[in-house]
Order: sequence, then C-alpha cells, then structure tokens
Amino acid sequence: MSVFILRRLLQSALVMVAMAIIVFFGIHMVGDPVYMFVSPDMDQADIEQVTRALGLDRPIWEQFWAFMTSAIQGDLGQSFVFGESALGLILQRMPATLELAFAALFLAIVFGIPLGLYAGLYPDSKTSKTIMAGSILGFSLPTFWVGIMMIMVFAVVLGWLPSTGRGETVDVFGVELSFLTLDGLQHLALPALNLALLKISLVIRLTRAGTREAMLQDYIKFARAKGLSRNRIVGVHLLKNILIPVVTVLGLEFGSLVAFSVVTETIFAWPGMGKLLIESIQQLDRPVIVAYLMMIVFLFVVINLLVDIVYSLLDPRVRLADRGN
Amino acid sequence: MSKSPVLEVNDLKTHFFTKAGVARAVDGVSFSLARGEVLGLVGESGSGKTVTGFSLMGLVDAPGKVVGGSIRLAGEELVGKSEHDWRSLRGRKIAMIFQDPMMTLNPVLRVDTQMIEAIRAHEHVSEEAARERARAALARVGIPSPDERLVAYPHQFSGGMRQRVAIAIALLNEPEVIVADEPTTALDVTIQAQILYEVQKLCAETGLAMIWITHDLAVVGGLADRVAVMYAGRIVEEGPVGEVLDGPLHPYTRGLIGSVPSHNQRGKRLTQIPGMAPSLLALPPGCSFAARCPRADAACTEMPELVSASDRRAVRCHHPHRPDEPAYEGGSA
Repeated sequence: MSVFILRRLLQSALVMVAMAIIVFFGIHMVGDPVYMFVSPDMDQADIEQVTRALGLDRPIWEQFWAFMTSAIQGDLGQSFVFGESALGLILQRMPATLELAFAALFLAIVFGIPLGLYAGLYPDSKTSKTIMAGSILGFSLPTFWVGIMMIMVFAVVLGWLPSTGRGETVDVFGVELSFLTLDGLQHLALPALNLALLKISLVIRLTRAGTREAMLQDYIKFARAKGLSRNRIVGVHLLKNILIPVVTVLGLEFGSLVAFSVVTETIFAWPGMGKLLIESIQQLDRPVIVAYLMMIVFLFVVINLLVDIVYSLLDPRVRLADRGN
Repeated sequence: MSKSPVLEVNDLKTHFFTKAGVARAVDGVSFSLARGEVLGLVGESGSGKTVTGFSLMGLVDAPGKVVGGSIRLAGEELVGKSEHDWRSLRGRKIAMIFQDPMMTLNPVLRVDTQMIEAIRAHEHVSEEAARERARAALARVGIPSPDERLVAYPHQFSGGMRQRVAIAIALLNEPEVIVADEPTTALDVTIQAQILYEVQKLCAETGLAMIWITHDLAVVGGLADRVAVMYAGRIVEEGPVGEVLDGPLHPYTRGLIGSVPSHNQRGKRLTQIPGMAPSLLALPPGCSFAARCPRADAACTEMPELVSASDRRAVRCHHPHRPDEPAYEGGSA
C-alpha cells in the first residue's frame, strides 16, 4: 500500500509541474495587466515603471523560474490588485467554497442514493419514471439558468429564502461557517441546491443503473434463498456493491464541485474562491489566477489519491490484490 | 421406500407472461420426495427444471408466476403463501444451491457475515453461537481450518471451496429439503466428484432430502435414488435411477442416454436427437416431443398422460419402449 501511495505521489508531482507550465505560459498570452494599472494620461516612463514593479519587464523564462522557485517554498506570488499573497487570498475564500461544495455533496448523497435505489428497485412504477425524467432535467438545464430561476421563485416571488451572501456565520477555529446558524443555513440552501442539482441527477442515474444490474446477480437471489429480509438484502448486500462506483465518481466529482462553483458563486454572490477567480480574470490579476488553478490541480490530485484509498477499503478484492504485490 | 414424503409437488404450473405470449415453463409437474432421498431432475436447457426449482423456493420473479398446483412441504401447503411466510421458510425449511459458485457469494462481504446473517434471519441467537454453528457447518462440508476461512472473502476461495461454502450455508438451519441447481456443472470433474461424495454422505447421515437439477446423466447415475426426466415443462418419465438408465421407456430418455459419449463405441458418431426443443411460446398440441420422435404417429397429436408403467415407474408416452429393450443401439451389438 505504501509503495502504491509513494508512486502516486510521484506521479502527482509530475502532474503539478506540467500544469504549472501550461497555466503560467497560457495566462501570459492573454492581455497585458499593465494597462489595468495605468491611466491614459501617464507617460511612457511611468508605464515602464509599473511594468518593472510588477516584474513583467523580465523575459518570461525568468518570470517562470522565479515563480517556480518561490512556489516550491509555498509562495505563489503577490496579487497585483490587493498587494497580498495570492495563496493567502484564496485560502481566505476557501472555507466558503468548501462549505458550499460539501453542502452540495451532502445533498447529492442524501437525495441521489435513495431516489436512485427506488428507481432501480421499482423501474416500472410511475414514481420511478418521474424521478428519471427529473434527473434528465437536472442534467440538461444549465446551472446559471436554474440559479436565476431559483432566485426568481424562492427569493423574489415567494420570498422564502435570501438570494445573496452567506448570512450570519460562526467562527470555528478561525474558519467562518454558515451552516451552524439558521440564517446561514437559509443563505446556504439555494446555492447549495443549485450546485447539487447536476450531482443529484448523476448519483440517481449511477445508483439506479447499479441497482438494476446488481438485483439480477446470483448473490442477490442466493441472499433471498437464505431467507434474508428485504431490508437486509437492499441495505447490505446491494448497497455495499453499488457504493463502489458511486464513491469513485462522487470523489472525482467533488473536485469539479469546487472548481466549477464559479457560476453558482457568481449568481448568488457567495464570497468564495470562484467569485474571486472571476473578479481576478476581469482585472487580469495573473498571480491569483495562476494560484487558483494550481490550488485546483492540487485538490484534484489529493482527491484522486483519497478515492483510490477509500475504494480499496470498500472493495476487498482491490485491497488484497495490492497487498499481494 | 414406504417413508412418508417430505415434499409433495402436485400438478405445479409456473407460467411466464411475456409480451410475446404465455410461456408455460412448468406445466403440470408432479413428484414426491422422501426423507434422505435424492431426486435427479434431468432435462436439456429450457425444459423447465430450473424454474421448477425456483418455484419450490417461491423465487419466481415477474413476469413469471406459479399459476396452479400444490407444493406440500412436510404437510404444509406452500402455494399461495405470502411473501412474509415464504421468507421465513426459505433457508430454514427449504434451501437452495446455485450453479455458479463464483456468483452466489456476495463479493464484498466476508464469509462469516454471510453465514451468520443466514442463521440470524431465522433465529434469535447470539452472534457467538451463530459463529460457532457457521464454523461447524464449514467443517462438515470438508473445509480445512474453518476458523481462518470464516474471516476470508469469497474471492480468496477456489471454485470448489466456494461451492462447499454455499452448501454449508444451505445446511446452516438444517432444512428438510435442499434444491441444488446444477451445483457441480461449473466445477472440474475431480472437484465435482469430491462434492458429490460429500453430498451423498450428508444425505445419508442427516436424512436430508435433495432435488438435484442437472443435465448430466453421469452425475444422476452416481448420486440420485430416483430420476425424473423433464421435457418442455413436463415430466416425461420417472423412476428409480438404475431402472430408468438401464431400460428407458420414453423415446426422449432413450435419446438422452444415447447421446452420452461413454455409451458409444469408439470411432462411431454420437447418436443425437434430431431437431431441437420446441419454443415454450408455441408448443404443438399433443405430445411436445412428437416432432422429434421416431415413434410418433397420429395418436401423438393428443397429449399423453403420465401413467404408471410399474409400481415404481411412470411414463408419459403413447408408444413407450419395453424396459428390457437395450438402452442404447450400440449395446446389443
């Protein structure tokens, strides 16, 4: 197992370096941030001074080398706009995004698995057909449109839930959390549901497909022949088998929940990393964009590793095959 | 053989209601089974033998349904029981072993979990007591070091060992009857022989009755006390295994025996039954074997009844062979 983890860590480091190259050079092809900081009446000397101050006068190889050497020491550069450490800015916004992503993941599991199980166990019932039709909507409606519609219905017309911000937060070990207060929960509800909608549909379809496949297996029929109750068959024999693909996919999807919460955060003015990214792109704040992308790559790498470990815990065949090597 | 039967099946009918029509997979099957007896249920694929087994377990799923007849287990009528009653019977009074041991055990649960749950589904016993019984059951089917094997996962067992585990699970609650659906078909011959030996020993020791579903006449010849031959959802011949194999009365049984390689002379082609089994959706009126039968004539357009041929044998045919005719063509030469 440790050999496996070591090998994976090495691969991950290579992925990070490759991403750093792509991201750094890619972003330098787009626009010139100097013009975001100069006013039309400045003369050439002033512009050059700004360029030098931002470190943009040096050749790109040198800039990249400087970026990499400080990145290894944990410094991903200074934001042009805020003058603070880019990583610090992102980490500051991270709890809000993670809270939103975890809330969405929670909703995906809590709604997705039971609904998928039901649709898989009773594929011909009207309820199942409604669930499946709903999941197609969840898949195909664009997130931003659903978000706007949710604000229209629940915030504007019905007035049940607030449409923007995090609401009241509680400080837990220096991290601000919304879900511990009623007001915060109300603020969290709409964006979390908006972000979760696609994942709920995904989990429903995965669970349903897994259920339908597993119910035909001999081990389910054998479990019935043993006289086990239906609850035991579905809750243990079936669920443990279908959880393997669901956990794998959900783990990988968690990364995309964080990365693509950009849209939801923008619509609901949720003060997370995604909103920061959009603002940074608009202001060509290169260090923040690069730092954000590197963070996301790091997150995906870590999640992949965790998924592999959890997978081996769930599936004894994987676990022992590895030990045998 | 005068013991009271533990299982009596009478005119059992299991039909499948498909879009293409009603498939009469089991259509009027009757037999009885005494304590300690092994009944071989023989037939080719699609003859209804597996569906008969599932009907006995109450495990026929939609679109299939037991539409008639009676199944009496130790005097208790099973047809028409609620799903709740069926659940408490399955695994306790009547158990089943499946064909493919690679598929019957749940791959993600340890063997002890799968055994203990089978006991505790029917009895309120402590986990410890259940584990002890599971251990004993594994030892009884000839699994070495059962304590270690209990905490293993199914993929750590070979095919033969898995089938032993499945048999041990079937034995856990000391059922009256075990339905074994081709349990040795997926195993190689040496393992098959070992399992057959263990099963025979168990039946003799415990008075367990067994229905052994198979298409392998050699297995039936070595294991069963009586044999019932099925064709297109009906039993066409039934009797003590030696008598049936030596002097088959029904032309179909005769064809089956003739197609076993060991009965043929070296260098000669295997005899085969011409044609193929009819579709259950479009059974011809009368004897369903008539189209393939060398003896068929006008009388065969009417369905023959299963009639006694002697005090222990029965056959469903208008033109049965005589029991003293040689069982296979090469035999007299």
